[in-house]
Amino acid sequence: MNVQTLIKTSEYHDSVKLMLVARELSRLPGVRDAAVVMGTEANKSLLEQSGLLSQPAQAATPNDLVLVVAAEDQEVAKAALKTAEALLARRAEPAGGGLDFRPRTLRSAVKAQPEANVAVISIAGRFAADEARQALAEGLHVLLFSDNVSLEDEISLKRMAHEKGLLLMGPGAGTAILNGVALGFANRLPRGPVGVVSAAGTGLQEVTTLLARQGVGISQGIGTGGRDLREDVGGIMMLDGLQALQEDPETRVILLVSKPPAPSVTARILEQASTGRKPTVVCFLGGTVPAAPKILPARTLQEAALTAAAALKGETGKVQESLDQEQAGLQERANRVVEALTGTRTRLRGLFSGGTLAYEAQVIWRSLLSEPVFSNAPLDPIHQMSDSARSQGHTIVDLGEEEFTVGRPHPMIDQDLRLRRILQEAQDPEVAVLLLDLVLGYGAHPDPAGELSEAIRKAREAGIAVVASVTGTEEDPQGFCRQTRILRDVGVEVCESNAAAAQLAGLIVTRLERAGAARGR
Amino acid sequence: MKMAIKDLFGRPLTVVNLGLEGFAGAIRDQGVAVVDLDWKPPAAGVRPLYRTASGLDVEEANQEVLRRIKAARPVLVGMGIAKDVIPGMHEHKILHSGPPVTWERMCGPQRGAVMGALIYEGLARDGREAEILARSGRIEFAPCHHHHCVGPMAGVVSPRMPVFIVENKAFGNHAYCTQNEGLGKVLRYGAMGEEVYERLRWMETELYPILDRALASIPEGIDLKAMIAQALHMGDECHNRNRAGTSLFLRAIGPALARTSRNNEAMARVIEFIDRNDHFFLNLSMPAGKASVEPAEGVAGSSIVTVMARNGTDFGIRLASMPERWFTAPSGKVEGLYFPSFSERDANPDIGDSTITETAGYGGFAMAAAPAITQFVGGSPSMAVETTLEMYEITASEHEGFTIPVLNFRGTPLGIDVRKVRQTGILPKINTGIAHREPGVGMVGAGILRAPEACFVEAFQALAAL
Repeated sequence: MNVQTLIKTSEYHDSVKLMLVARELSRLPGVRDAAVVMGTEANKSLLEQSGLLSQPAQAATPNDLVLVVAAEDQEVAKAALKTAEALLARRAEPAGGGLDFRPRTLRSAVKAQPEANVAVISIAGRFAADEARQALAEGLHVLLFSDNVSLEDEISLKRMAHEKGLLLMGPGAGTAILNGVALGFANRLPRGPVGVVSAAGTGLQEVTTLLARQGVGISQGIGTGGRDLREDVGGIMMLDGLQALQEDPETRVILLVSKPPAPSVTARILEQASTGRKPTVVCFLGGTVPAAPKILPARTLQEAALTAAAALKGETGKVQESLDQEQAGLQERANRVVEALTGTRTRLRGLFSGGTLAYEAQVIWRSLLSEPVFSNAPLDPIHQMSDSARSQGHTIVDLGEEEFTVGRPHPMIDQDLRLRRILQEAQDPEVAVLLLDLVLGYGAHPDPAGELSEAIRKAREAGIAVVASVTGTEEDPQGFCRQTRILRDVGVEVCESNAAAAQLAGLIVTRLERAGAARGR
Repeated sequence: MKMAIKDLFGRPLTVVNLGLEGFAGAIRDQGVAVVDLDWKPPAAGVRPLYRTASGLDVEEANQEVLRRIKAARPVLVGMGIAKDVIPGMHEHKILHSGPPVTWERMCGPQRGAVMGALIYEGLARDGREAEILARSGRIEFAPCHHHHCVGPMAGVVSPRMPVFIVENKAFGNHAYCTQNEGLGKVLRYGAMGEEVYERLRWMETELYPILDRALASIPEGIDLKAMIAQALHMGDECHNRNRAGTSLFLRAIGPALARTSRNNEAMARVIEFIDRNDHFFLNLSMPAGKASVEPAEGVAGSSIVTVMARNGTDFGIRLASMPERWFTAPSGKVEGLYFPSFSERDANPDIGDSTITETAGYGGFAMAAAPAITQFVGGSPSMAVETTLEMYEITASEHEGFTIPVLNFRGTPLGIDVRKVRQTGILPKINTGIAHREPGVGMVGAGILRAPEACFVEAFQALAAL
């Protein structure tokens, strides 16, 4: 046993720091005991009790710092004293070190940031309703991204929001654009005169990006969640959102998107829209819109965006004309594609990440194709796929449906599932056309085209035509042009909108069917 | 419909994010302020509790509790001898810290303090006699908290000991606490020996009469709420750091000491004693907390903790709604720093009533005000701030009377809400001294720990069933 002492005269450290240093010393290998204390009488008697009171320590005054180490041998003890000096000189952390505190509860977040006005909630569904209720209680507007919130909770939350004049967007609302800020899965958009309320997340993304690419900006984009226009929910949020846009001076044209609502809800929405002064484009995908003042019906998301842009200039009469023109162009493209195809393939396969876009494609094909299109999310339940993992006839798969997303990220974030499904379809000798949607923006995969390009190349090599659209803007993190170029480089027919892509794919298949029928004769 | 939706339009967005971190990042990338919650699911089966089984409105009850605590005006009004002034105190009664405990279950340092007190009282001549007497059943033990009293560490109050009397001027109730002995070999850490008794005798025969005379000459008393508020602005949290509070106290009583002095040398010894004991003010900040919180006891349906105390064997809490009922769990182990030649092996579990400070909205909950003490746990000033921010998660309100400069003068976290403790899984953080586990040794270090969960689980269930 060797005891080494170091006296540092007139050096003051607070006692806690000294205890810390002593603790570190006594943890050093070979050190039996260590004391780092000011030389007061009380401390010296403590040293004595521990057998550490050497002669130099005995002589120390209360203004002296006493370091004593008892160790296996002299070398270890001396090294420990050196360590002690370094520890004493060390500062705990750089001055002004950053604070890394994240509040645990909504309430304390609001306390810490009293200006907070929006909550984005994407936690597990079974906890989401309680947190959304808390957020509303704190006076926050809510984007409720979470799924698996009960209908009862949705209704009570929306009633509470309505009472308080707050937005409760969701549950299952993936997208919102508030004051130009993209929340959830949303795109970087210019601000402008069109206000959107949508019960369909990718529908909101599609119409807003189509407008943006025509140079038309968005005032607000409000998502309501897919169940808002059901009879029992009653369209609470679409009505509140609509009213807010009607009163918003920035908004000149309003655009509403939904699957066909319950009739009573349709009536309420159209009544509310008709009483306003602003032109209101209504797209009930797959349904019809009764005629009413101020209402501009649109069959597809693309038509809705075109109509809204035209309404700003008072040129809504020209929409049909431009759609007809596009139709003619698509027919020519279809012919070219069919000429390049070989073999007797006739089947159409859509592999989608955006639910609304898959729905829109089916709406288009309903009036275009002679044979039914099966889906895991069909327009008509009789066309429900018997197994989502296996395509049958013409098929469109929404890979964002629950059977694919349980325990796995959404296909907008992770392309892995779609990539493998493309390869699976490429093996199928019946497949003539693959239709894909690429959704860009915040929250989405950083490079979906790049991720899919190898699988697409293999499908092309197998003799399959690939048609796609890109929902996004040039300002999105992924870049619209860059994504489009990657797709074109692997031989994809890229269309201006999802509706146009579905149209092109449908036209190709129609041509092939007719050719097949001709061969058959 | 109020049109708050329209009001949102055109106003800068500030977002709170719960869930996918990527969403927070994307919003931040757009130049928008985001608070990204460290959200965690509540403990299994814990749902928001707004009403008790019989329909008592918890929130409403809590508002009343908070109103009372915030309205408190604790003032040091005088001193007295324990058996004369503490209601229910008598010649053969010893008070101790924490929930009730028998001699058999009493931890080492508390036993040491009891034996030391019996010797100091002249009821026993030595440790052996003291132990026999303590075991005999002729001495009645009771928690300080059952007598409007609080005691640091072992918390032993014996009949002859002088105590401070704190009056809550807003409600007229009183709280009591002994004079602080200082650090080292002291009774409250369970140390025994002539040095300990001699100091206690001096505190009784010289310190007490001089302070008592001085206080008697200050008719309005000494406003402890104001003093705590000031000390928080001077780097104390009034539990483990009382350097500023002690200085403020000395400053406040100084002129009265001089005016009432009969012996300047004795007065100088008193001043020296207080000056050399950075913890002198602890025994004033504690009864100030007790006096402030006690009027909140008995508010039906409240989920707020009004007592949190440890006896070194058990940790106990009581709720405002159930002031007679202790919810206990084994006292925890303190993570700490030790004096030379001591280690964790020597440490007694968590002990003392000093957690009254956290209960009353300062102490460890106000750590952000006291960056200098954070090295106790090998921490940093930012850790002190984080501790306070974390405690806001489990408290019902903020104390406007006690503010923290570094948090933009935000009020301290006030009123531990047992519901929030359950929902967040965050347990109150306590910093404390460490006593040696054996009787008669004393203090061996200091450190930090969390309150045990079990007593909050039980209290939450009992509240729901009310």
